[in-house]
Amino acid sequence: MSHSVIRVPDISDRLQINLAGISMKNPVMPASGCFGFGREYAQFFDLSLLGAIAVKATTLEERLGNPTPRVAETPGGMLNAIGLQNPGLDAVISRELPWLGQFDVPIIVNVAGTTVDDYVVVCDRISEVKNAAAIELNISCPNVKCGGITFGTDPEVAADLTREVKKVSKVPVFVKLSPNVTDIVSIAKAVEKAGADGLSMINTLLGMRIDLKTKRPILANGTGGLSGPAIKPVAIRMIWEVSQQVEIPIIGMGGIMSAEDVIEFFLAGASAVAVGTANFVNPYACPEIIGELEGWLDKIGVDHISELTGMGWRK
Amino acid sequence: MGKSRKGILTIVHKEEIAEGIIRVELVGELVKEMDEPGQFIHIRPGMGIDPFLRRPISICDVNLEENKLTIIFRVEGKGTQLLAETPVGTEVDVLGPLGQGFPIHHRQSGDHALLVGGGVGVPPLLYLAKKLVRQGVKVTSIIGFGEKNQVFLEDELAFLGTVYVTTIDGSYGYQGLVTDLFPQVKKWNVLYSCGPIPMLKAIQHLFKEEEKEGYLSLEQRMGCGVGACLACVCQVNSSEKKYKKICSDGPVFALEEVAL
Repeated sequence: MSHSVIRVPDISDRLQINLAGISMKNPVMPASGCFGFGREYAQFFDLSLLGAIAVKATTLEERLGNPTPRVAETPGGMLNAIGLQNPGLDAVISRELPWLGQFDVPIIVNVAGTTVDDYVVVCDRISEVKNAAAIELNISCPNVKCGGITFGTDPEVAADLTREVKKVSKVPVFVKLSPNVTDIVSIAKAVEKAGADGLSMINTLLGMRIDLKTKRPILANGTGGLSGPAIKPVAIRMIWEVSQQVEIPIIGMGGIMSAEDVIEFFLAGASAVAVGTANFVNPYACPEIIGELEGWLDKIGVDHISELTGMGWRK
Repeated sequence: MGKSRKGILTIVHKEEIAEGIIRVELVGELVKEMDEPGQFIHIRPGMGIDPFLRRPISICDVNLEENKLTIIFRVEGKGTQLLAETPVGTEVDVLGPLGQGFPIHHRQSGDHALLVGGGVGVPPLLYLAKKLVRQGVKVTSIIGFGEKNQVFLEDELAFLGTVYVTTIDGSYGYQGLVTDLFPQVKKWNVLYSCGPIPMLKAIQHLFKEEEKEGYLSLEQRMGCGVGACLACVCQVNSSEKKYKKICSDGPVFALEEVAL
């Protein structure tokens, strides 16, 4: 495999973190759904330089996803309605995760399901795979009719699911929260109490665009999930609120495009970050951001990136 | 994996060649890799966040000696409008070449290729025609447009073989659809086509019963352009893998492969 000439930064220990027991070279990972299973971006750079990789949502059975068009552009972002297309648990275990095993990088497997039993079966089997470092429980996908967001909008339902998954998982469980709720703090606290090892926040915001020519929604699904820099202030606000109310670490995401954005997420209360839509605009987004982070630590005057977590609200 | 890379290209020439149709020439190192007709580039219109996504645009022509790339696109929305307004001399951020192009390596001298294009589906046929002619393949093109002032690339294609032009309103060339002219072209043994879905669908229907070798190039809204986001999928006719990715499995597919 040939890699491009992009300069691989020497990662200093100032960026190394321990995230709920997962040892990471740096706190930056591509976000689930924005990086496939890594194959496409491996042609651009060495995936081993990433802090972790959150792979595409995996469901028990293969899913074909929604009809096209599946994306629509918005100012500062995009709407997507992919609909959890993935090859299914067996293929992920037999094909995708072993392939990712060639890289020295922890893999966080995003798991989605239609029923609690689905989630439990998938998490049980995934957590036994050698290079699966953690599970990210997807209870917040806005683009599927059954499952997804229906688990993420009620604190009790979210907590019950977390509890069942924690019973079978041999690896840390992060719960990916939906911003499409009135009170995200209550859901965060509920899943923490149910045993979640960490939180991922935020997933996409439910949105819609209408084509002026056809007078119909652009997306075949009607609605889609809004991502990109347009949602960054919402993510920052929610992480700010939640991080003051929970003890578990937060992987922050939502419109991160630069190292500056990463610092802002840390100040709000994140302990690691995921870069999503930026990968589509710039395939080198993650390594470029990682390369610029240490300079920002110097600029701000902190020794280690972890010192920044919650600095924005700490007295 | 492929040879796709990100790079900076400089706009060296720009002109409107038909109504709302812009031809842009770009120069840069990245062009060295662009030797397969039918591939596309993913170009960033401006460096801000509005428009946010890149735009997939087919490669129309390549001059490998001069590292020069030609693209032709229609001004349709914010992104293409911004590209059309970008002055000569500007450096633009380009990803490419992307996707699987038209298969031509097995073509032999004496073969006869029928190239069929509609609207902004015509541009990738030029580089294809040049490559085929260089391999000794006879090329006949049928290109279709809405009306006379939308016609482009006729002269360039005529230099490489016979060209038939159709317009829907009959204001130039033959009146009608590209498929109306198929009976005019005799004994072709391979078809390459790019254009709107109804046109590709009609072509597919026409040869459903015959075992004709043909290739269709598809278009779809894209997110990443490299196969990761799964936005630009299309259904395939008979395969275990029920969806294929237009950006990375295509944009060119075998005639019978895709369900349009």
